Amino acid sequence: MDNRTPLLSVKDLKQYFRINRKFTVKAVDGISFDIYPGETYGLVGESGSGKSTTGRSIIRLYDPTAGTVMFDGHNISGKLNTEEERYLRMNMQMIFQDPMASLNPRKKVSQLIAQGLEIHKLCKSQAEIDERVNQMLEKVGLSTEHATRYPHQFSGGQRQRIGIARALIMNPKLIIADEAISALDVSIQAQVVNLMKDIQDEMKTTYLFIAHDLSMVKYISNRIGVMHLGHIVETGTTQEIFNNPIHPYTKSLLSAIPHPNPKVEKKRIAMVYDKEAMGVDYLVGYAHILSDTHQVLATDEEYDKWSKEQSY
Amino acid sequence: MKIKKKRVLSIRDLNISFVTGSGTVNAIRGVRLDLFKGETIAIVGESGSGKSVTVKAIMGILDSNGKIDSGSITFDYEENGVNKSVDLVQMKPKEIRYQISGKKIAMVFQDPMTSLDPTMQIGKQIMEGMIEHEKISKNEARARALELLELVGIDAPTKRLKQYPHQLSGGMRQRVVIAIALACNPDILICDEPTTALDVTIQAKILELIKDIQTKRNISVIYITHDLGVVAKVADYVAVMYAGKIVEKGSIDEIFYDPRHPYTWGLLSSMPDMDTNSQRLFAIAGSPPNLLVTVPGDAFAPRNPYALNIDFRLEPPMFDVGGQHRVSSWLCHPNAPKVEMPEQLKKRIEKMLKEDRDNG
Amino acid sequence: MATKDLVQTEFKADDFKFAYDRNAKLIDKTYNSTSYIKDVFSNFAKNKGALIGIVIIVIIVIMAIIGPYFNAHTYKSILIEQASLPPRIPLLENLGIFDGTRNGIDIYLKKGVSDIYYWFGSDTQGRDLFTRVWAGTRVSLIIAVSAVLIDIFIGMIYGLVSGYFGGKVDILMQRIAEILNGIPQLVIVTLLGLILPPGITSIIFALMITGWIGMSRIARAQVLKLKEQEYILASKTLGARDFAIIFKDILPNIFGQIIIMSMFSIPNAIFMEAYLSFVGLGVPAPLASLGSLISEGYKSITVMPYIILSPIIVLALLMLSFNLFADGLRDAFDPKMKQM
Repeated sequence: MDNRTPLLSVKDLKQYFRINRKFTVKAVDGISFDIYPGETYGLVGESGSGKSTTGRSIIRLYDPTAGTVMFDGHNISGKLNTEEERYLRMNMQMIFQDPMASLNPRKKVSQLIAQGLEIHKLCKSQAEIDERVNQMLEKVGLSTEHATRYPHQFSGGQRQRIGIARALIMNPKLIIADEAISALDVSIQAQVVNLMKDIQDEMKTTYLFIAHDLSMVKYISNRIGVMHLGHIVETGTTQEIFNNPIHPYTKSLLSAIPHPNPKVEKKRIAMVYDKEAMGVDYLVGYAHILSDTHQVLATDEEYDKWSKEQSY
Repeated sequence: MKIKKKRVLSIRDLNISFVTGSGTVNAIRGVRLDLFKGETIAIVGESGSGKSVTVKAIMGILDSNGKIDSGSITFDYEENGVNKSVDLVQMKPKEIRYQISGKKIAMVFQDPMTSLDPTMQIGKQIMEGMIEHEKISKNEARARALELLELVGIDAPTKRLKQYPHQLSGGMRQRVVIAIALACNPDILICDEPTTALDVTIQAKILELIKDIQTKRNISVIYITHDLGVVAKVADYVAVMYAGKIVEKGSIDEIFYDPRHPYTWGLLSSMPDMDTNSQRLFAIAGSPPNLLVTVPGDAFAPRNPYALNIDFRLEPPMFDVGGQHRVSSWLCHPNAPKVEMPEQLKKRIEKMLKEDRDNG
Repeated sequence: MATKDLVQTEFKADDFKFAYDRNAKLIDKTYNSTSYIKDVFSNFAKNKGALIGIVIIVIIVIMAIIGPYFNAHTYKSILIEQASLPPRIPLLENLGIFDGTRNGIDIYLKKGVSDIYYWFGSDTQGRDLFTRVWAGTRVSLIIAVSAVLIDIFIGMIYGLVSGYFGGKVDILMQRIAEILNGIPQLVIVTLLGLILPPGITSIIFALMITGWIGMSRIARAQVLKLKEQEYILASKTLGARDFAIIFKDILPNIFGQIIIMSMFSIPNAIFMEAYLSFVGLGVPAPLASLGSLISEGYKSITVMPYIILSPIIVLALLMLSFNLFADGLRDAFDPKMKQM
């Protein structure tokens, strides 16, 4: 067991949405994971896996249906009093997916970035606010001239940087990046990911990186959790997941990653994962522990079978 | 002996501009491209590079404030045994839509959610084009629709004919879109980011499907994408676009294993692959340029760490560097200093070639 | 250009030297200078109908302000010996129209006032119609604009709160609005007419009672559209309070739609007031509004149609031009212009 105390500890988190009397969507159905200070935890899955919902439940955009979320020693999953809420809002931030929709079109860039400072009254004067905004703009690689412009004047990558500046200016302990690069061009994705890595080196920020692109997740994450239909089916260090995947869903995801090598790519056939056909029920399986960090959700028979199978 | 392949589409000196409230945007500035029968071309570029605009011009669906200023798009096809050749630029968009689009040249769009009519049954949507363009009977159209659904790998085709788009998953909807595109046996299939909106496990299947159909029916395919993984899988020939111009083009091996333009280096380097262990992913700094402002010289110069002084003065011509490989960069001029691609990229390419050799 | 043209190109000495220090950090300075407002204006300007609309509105508003002062008559001054005179305009009377004749008889001559001009004629009580029409326009506009402004205020806030909080709050607020909407407006106004003293404020109050519901529906629909937008979520994660989000984040983004809706509401309000006046629930005499003028003129419509004609034409022009203007405004804001 890792001896450090986790910065974020999620235990058996459930997030259900009641659509009507007969139908409830179980977006997140009992997941547990820990994130340690200064690391990046990559949460991967396809659409419908519940990964975005997880991020939003943690940051309390939704009220969790069940389970506990401990953040830096504070329980943030139950009813929050003013002090706890303030602590949460100042120390945990989120970067959103859609650069077109994550910035208020009617606000100037400086107002957008300084929003957190103004809400929590962290600065004594307008001059101090402007100073910090300019600092942030430089840090994310934008020009200070941009402070008086409006979002529609910028490209997707630039807008995402503004979103990062907005989150960073609060100096948060944890940043949840909810598919923060999915809507960007590949070359811009690299820019933004590099920026996030630089920031982490400098400010020791912790990231929860939610994404569906495994190759980018591999590049930025220390540990990875693979989600499918509201459950974490496998979790481990990046090495463990990529070199020794056990769960067939993980294997199918890995086999689907495209290689930028035409000779290899043209011959690659992706592996198919059919949950129904294989008779897998996530509610029956439990976490099998391979090592301190590597766990798989499976029944005993499944585990025996899968660990012997060939890698993808 | 080199078999001369039949040329299907020939774009020469295409210039397209848009009139906006703030001025004229020169979206396409001198594009020259060839497409041969049975071949797959990938047009690669970031948002705003002009890749979608080019194909919209081919299909006659340019936005209303867009204008083709000059150039030609020659389309060679066969109709009832007669060889025909038309210049799509000279045709009115309406003519193109009646005679060519959907019939001889078909398009698959990015978002299957919005490409299908939510209020019309799947079968009807597939049969619509056939009945309209080829004037066949409803029964014949239905039989062909069933064939098509099987061709694109949709199970229980008879049941699916009567279903509505919302009853299908994303991947299946995209298959239906492909079926509709193939309904009239087009010569060219244009795919505009066909897999971007799909999960990665479905992506591979859709690309494999298109490749399969292409071989069966000997169609030519144009892919528009910014994803190099897609390009690596499907393309025979690649054209890299930046700010409305083609900056490098060549066969897929030439582009991936011997890229010459700094922008292409940047694109290839910014893709993390399974073996990226380095601390830093090389990325091209800055953002795509604002096309309202015409700046002299190479549009990529402000972001190009290898830019020469002449890049700010004159636009580089297209240099022939061997084979099918053409590069638009002053670095290819004999007077230019010898520049090698970034170390990281070089190592990666060496590794890829070695991998292939080892696997035989 | 083709490679063969290269031989003609002149090269400078330092052309092939590197422009940058390879290791310097490139700062991103690009941005678009496209202006949203400029696009809106140019779109609007292209719409001929909207331009005509706004020109007519401006003319009518100016006349409503200064019209009543054009001559010595006031809206209630009576000169009984000069009653029922047809319109007579200098210069135009030489063309055979507006020459003060009825059925061929020169009424001015008959009443012995050949040197006086009533541009719109005079009514049966001897009041100058020109002054009354413009004074009436003024009253109608004041009533309509005030009612709409109050409607915006109440309706917008109601819709914002209802839409933003959703759930039980929303259900309750919407049911209340529906019930209120179900009661016929005429019934409410009549009841109010019995309780309140007759006058402009009462009419504004009456119009306002049910007019806000339409506005609140528009506001609510816009809020529902924006509520799940990521910039609203971002404000929440930064710790903004609910009301701060409603007024600082959502309101500025729906304001355009609200303005458009209110431009459409003004002709409705004008017409409502006219209708109320017509059925006798309008401004008390001798005050004039377009509606009360039409109501009075109706009594002599067969004998002296000119009395009803001028207020009707002004009313029609006013309503038409507001509709054209609002239409043009709505098209100008339409997102389909954000194409390139």
